[in-house]
Amino acid sequence: MIDAAETPAPIAPEDHAAVTVAEGEPVRRTAPIGLLVRLVDSVRQAILPAIGIFFVAGEVREALGFLPLLGLVVMVIGFVTWLGWWKTTYRVGAEDIRVESGIVSRQARSVPYERIQDVSLEQPLVARLFGLVRVKFETGAGGGEDLNLAYVTESEAERLRETVRAQREGALDIDADDPAAEAATADGQALFAMDEKRLLRFGLFEFSLVIFAVIFGAIGQLDFLFSWDDMYDAVLGDALEGQGRKLAAMGLAAQVLSAIAAAAGVVALGLVTGVVQTFVRDHGFLLERTAKGFRRRRGLFTRTDVVMPAHRVQAMTLGTKWFRRLFGWHSLKFVSLASDAKKASHVVVPFGQMDEIVPVAEAARIALPPESIAWVRPTPKAWIDTALIVSAGILVIGAVVATTVSPWLLAAPVPLLAVVGGLSWFSWRRHRHATALEQVFVRTGILSPQLTAAPKVKLQSVEIAQGPLAQWRGYATVQFGLAGGTMEIPGVPIDEARRLRHEVIEAIAAVDFSVAQEA
Amino acid sequence: MSDVEGIERAKVPEAGGDEGLTPVHPNYRTVLRITIALTALPFLVGASVLELVRPFDDAVPGGIFVGPVLLLAGFFLWRWPRRRYQARGYDLGRDRLRVARGVWWRSDTIVPFGRVQHIDVDRGPLERAFGLSTIVLHTAGNHNASVSLPGLLDEDALAMREEIRAHIKRDTL
Repeated sequence: MIDAAETPAPIAPEDHAAVTVAEGEPVRRTAPIGLLVRLVDSVRQAILPAIGIFFVAGEVREALGFLPLLGLVVMVIGFVTWLGWWKTTYRVGAEDIRVESGIVSRQARSVPYERIQDVSLEQPLVARLFGLVRVKFETGAGGGEDLNLAYVTESEAERLRETVRAQREGALDIDADDPAAEAATADGQALFAMDEKRLLRFGLFEFSLVIFAVIFGAIGQLDFLFSWDDMYDAVLGDALEGQGRKLAAMGLAAQVLSAIAAAAGVVALGLVTGVVQTFVRDHGFLLERTAKGFRRRRGLFTRTDVVMPAHRVQAMTLGTKWFRRLFGWHSLKFVSLASDAKKASHVVVPFGQMDEIVPVAEAARIALPPESIAWVRPTPKAWIDTALIVSAGILVIGAVVATTVSPWLLAAPVPLLAVVGGLSWFSWRRHRHATALEQVFVRTGILSPQLTAAPKVKLQSVEIAQGPLAQWRGYATVQFGLAGGTMEIPGVPIDEARRLRHEVIEAIAAVDFSVAQEA
Repeated sequence: MSDVEGIERAKVPEAGGDEGLTPVHPNYRTVLRITIALTALPFLVGASVLELVRPFDDAVPGGIFVGPVLLLAGFFLWRWPRRRYQARGYDLGRDRLRVARGVWWRSDTIVPFGRVQHIDVDRGPLERAFGLSTIVLHTAGNHNASVSLPGLLDEDALAMREEIRAHIKRDTL
């Protein structure tokens, strides 16, 4: 038990009688200090319920009665955590990485090197203080089934990443690449970085009212602690009522002014939220082109370090939003098999001008649509049909409400119908697709226009899907199988759909992996 | 430049509609019929029980439960397997498999062999009784992660698997 304090601790032979070490490295455990991090995490999670108990108990003396129980719970949690750590072992083998874990039911997971898409490192704040890292070997398997090692020391994490990289690139590269040199920043060529000024600007565009949702959510969550009604009556009620009376006495001009002030307050809070969120997420954003791919580092508290092999990039999405678009700001994401914090794609440029995005796209060998590209518009039939169905639904509901409540409400659906019509028209205008440069381009989105570009050879399958209406009216949705993402073109006339499918399938089938790469 | 390609490619038969599709084995119709019958059975039993117990006494006329259920089941047993069967088809090309399915919600998928990750041949108890197999192609795409083609004779499915397997290259990602 004491020898476990070494980092990383090779295990004494008697501990793993069942594990046969045929080749590769000895079986190891994660860093023991990681236990401390988990403990801190548990305490952090337990602190709210603990406070809750104190509040519920009301009296300190009564609450003290819970202390022995609390101590017991902490001890049990501590022991289970320790046992879980003790029973979790990993081994870097000649062909794969294996992790065995589980106290009662044991799990042994093995991931071959060639199936590892990304190795990403993640440092939550507490782990960062202890110099620890969570290593994720991403395989592209869905449902969070990735191999995950929490926590190892920073040097061990770097070593693991280098091992995986070297193994995957083959034995030849091991000699060529000095792991230490590879790890150094100097090796990478910076593609995109964001300074504080850029972050601030980005944050302002990330205007968000989510803080209000959080506050209301928290009120709902903490409802069990105190009665908000009482509190409202006691504190806010009087104050508000007083203010209200004052307001009423002030006259119209003052009322308008205070309304403006309130609105300004909301806007300011929204802006501050956006800026804070942006700083926390993207502080120190740095995207580099390394010898084998892309490396992205970001985060103020939780620092993440993701490596994406260039050839695993399946497609990319150029996105923006209606307001920032006026100022030329765009974002760029890579679609790849490995997921990025539960999202399907990796953000490589969160907020940049086109002249900054183009080099990144070029580095990934995926082209943005050229000026001369021949866009194909979808048929408006699909949007007309949908709009008609929605309108019919609105009219039916409107009629029912009108007959039961008041005939005057019959007029209510009219503006709604106008909205439906307008949105459908906009949506239709925004959709288009094209093929050029051996790639498929798809543009969608009303308020958040998106352009997805995928090389034809990276697509997995092509499906032409038609509902009953689409069959009758002669259009279809073309759905492409894309590893790690989705790509579909709605409302394509059936002949164009078949032509498109044929073109893409021919391109896929023709690839014999000696294909010339367009620069 | 793309115009020229478009004209040239429009001639290929695959670019057309349902022509050129191979129907699956007729036994598949029977399998569908039995599956539908099995699905209808619980409803029939439920309706019969209601009919026998008569919880509403004479407030409702006899046969109000069993009648519609029988009619619906009859319709589905008579028409549905045939239509589903007719809608189902495949085309095994030199380097691709095309699978069409669905009556109302129709989908027509092409999977190039070079993009197949692995292949399953499934045989359920009913299928086995009629000598049928389902071949399932798995791709790396999120959409169409697995494309299945039921209603193949066992030996056809196995032959198809061998043929597709021969095309799968190790690193197609």
